[in-house]
Amino acid sequence: MSAVAEAAKTARRPISRSRVLRRSPVGRFLIKLPFWLLIAAIFVYALFPFYWAIRSAFTPDSEQFSTPIKYWPAHPTWANFREVLSTSTFQHALINSTIVAGSVTLFSLLIGSLAAYALGRFRFHGRSAVLYLMLSMTIFPQIAILGALYTMINNFHLYDKLGALIFSYLIFTLPFTVWVLTSFMRGLPGDLEEAAYVDGATPLQVFYKVLLPLIAPGLVTTGLLAFIAAWNEYLYALSFIQSPDKYTVPLAITTFVGKSGSTFQVPWGQIMAATVIVTLPLIAAVLVLQRRILAGLTAGAVKG
Amino acid sequence: MSTVATPAAPPRRRRRGSKLQRRQTRIGWVLLIPALAVVALVAIYPLGKTIYYSFTNQEFLQGIEPTKWVGLENYRTLWHDTIFRTAVWETVKFTLITVSFEFVLGMIIALVVNSSFKGRGAMRAVMLVPWAIPTVVAAQMWKWMYDDVYGVINDAGVRLHIFSHSHAWISEPSTALGSVCAVDIWKTTPFVALLLLAGLQVIPQDLYEAANVDGASKIQQFWRITLPLLRPAILVALIFRTLDALRVFDVFYVFFGNRPDTQTMAIYAQSTIVGDGHVGYGSAVSVAIFLIIGLFVAIYVTVMRVSGGDD
Repeated sequence: MSAVAEAAKTARRPISRSRVLRRSPVGRFLIKLPFWLLIAAIFVYALFPFYWAIRSAFTPDSEQFSTPIKYWPAHPTWANFREVLSTSTFQHALINSTIVAGSVTLFSLLIGSLAAYALGRFRFHGRSAVLYLMLSMTIFPQIAILGALYTMINNFHLYDKLGALIFSYLIFTLPFTVWVLTSFMRGLPGDLEEAAYVDGATPLQVFYKVLLPLIAPGLVTTGLLAFIAAWNEYLYALSFIQSPDKYTVPLAITTFVGKSGSTFQVPWGQIMAATVIVTLPLIAAVLVLQRRILAGLTAGAVKG
Repeated sequence: MSTVATPAAPPRRRRRGSKLQRRQTRIGWVLLIPALAVVALVAIYPLGKTIYYSFTNQEFLQGIEPTKWVGLENYRTLWHDTIFRTAVWETVKFTLITVSFEFVLGMIIALVVNSSFKGRGAMRAVMLVPWAIPTVVAAQMWKWMYDDVYGVINDAGVRLHIFSHSHAWISEPSTALGSVCAVDIWKTTPFVALLLLAGLQVIPQDLYEAANVDGASKIQQFWRITLPLLRPAILVALIFRTLDALRVFDVFYVFFGNRPDTQTMAIYAQSTIVGDGHVGYGSAVSVAIFLIIGLFVAIYVTVMRVSGGDD
């Protein structure tokens, strides 16, 4: 009965084309098609350059430098990876970057979490002034202090030493760490802390026995973001480092000339192998911690 | 910076007299000492010193001439410095192009990802890939793709008949800026999209339901609901991107080195200070960059205030 009524109703109304389309499965697919094409386009756009780096890393030189170019290596090889990993500059660079980024992260988290404890859990005069100072530091242009840093580092006898980078990278990792960890600290409920104080704990004990374990996820996220920022830095590394055995990864990748040292052809296969090696761990870490990173990146940016 | 949320007031314990208050103040400041010391040493002192240098003829290698106060001379020279002028113009062009592309593309991507479909999580993960790749590495990847003989962009373009013959994208002056912009747009659009996406997700869904009941079209809904409510997220994204773009260094340096016609402000400052060792003059360049960036921030803040006050 109702089906008949339905049919009559639709028959009376002029049937629009989109309605017909939406009825059949093929039609539904056609309506959705532009949407899926857009999604596919975004996928390809975001991933193709990285795919191309991987493809070039596995392509032997004989194929790499011949036309027409192949979109898939006909004879995939590990040769480029072997070459790159046996270059001493690149080996040093991996170690140097790990030392620099690791220490910067460690210092930032150590100093930053103490500051975040003060800013997030204590109430005192000048607190918001410090918060705003930290916030303005996060958008501080590094180039603005290059002149003074350059002479300072020279006076401290840090020029061409990894210490120069560990020191100067704190300018962009620390304020950011303080800012994000403060919002984590504030998100914690007060009860646990209260209980600890009642039991006679000192503020420092409360900090590392109660609060620090609770903000562990925050530490992991901010730590990773600080590590990535330090790992990727180029301007200061270019300015304060001179000898190839002190190069960080970005310096090594931009000055790479290959083991054979041919000056006529840039060894793109090896460079791409190097880019894949230094990027894969970052991408893996980012994908594993995806949700947390999104939260950290957008913290404070959304709430008006 | 009123759009960036100050984290909500701490869940403070009830004030039990001024003794506790004093204790809190003391402990608070003690805990802040290391952080403040680092900021003072790494940022504030160098900033002051850079400003001081900009009024002197300081050289990196102290040679024959002693360092002396030269007043505004560096700034006077800078005002007539055509290389710097080119660099400023180049940087501003780069900023306008990349920020507008990133904003429009980022908005489209955010809207697409915000509509629910299978594979949305994968999509978000994919968007993080360009962001996670170091800028220098991304620049190298693109430089290889732009290669005039063996580059994939030339090959694909010719095969698909988008252009008739191969170009040397990076070295041809007419395409140099565009090729750099493309790298930056590729690398940072996902980040803009993620910021906007986070903003989209806090817009209450019932607003759209109500609009549907009232018969508003999707386009009307976008202009009347989505855009106004997204305003804070949009402003934050624009400010962050603009500030980043104005101090761009890595991509340009990897692509062009310090080729004079394609320098950015940051490259000019760096090569003056480190390359030539003119710390005094280079510091004046740095201060000028600082002021130009400050000018952009002031413009944004004013526009923000005028169009509907802060929220």
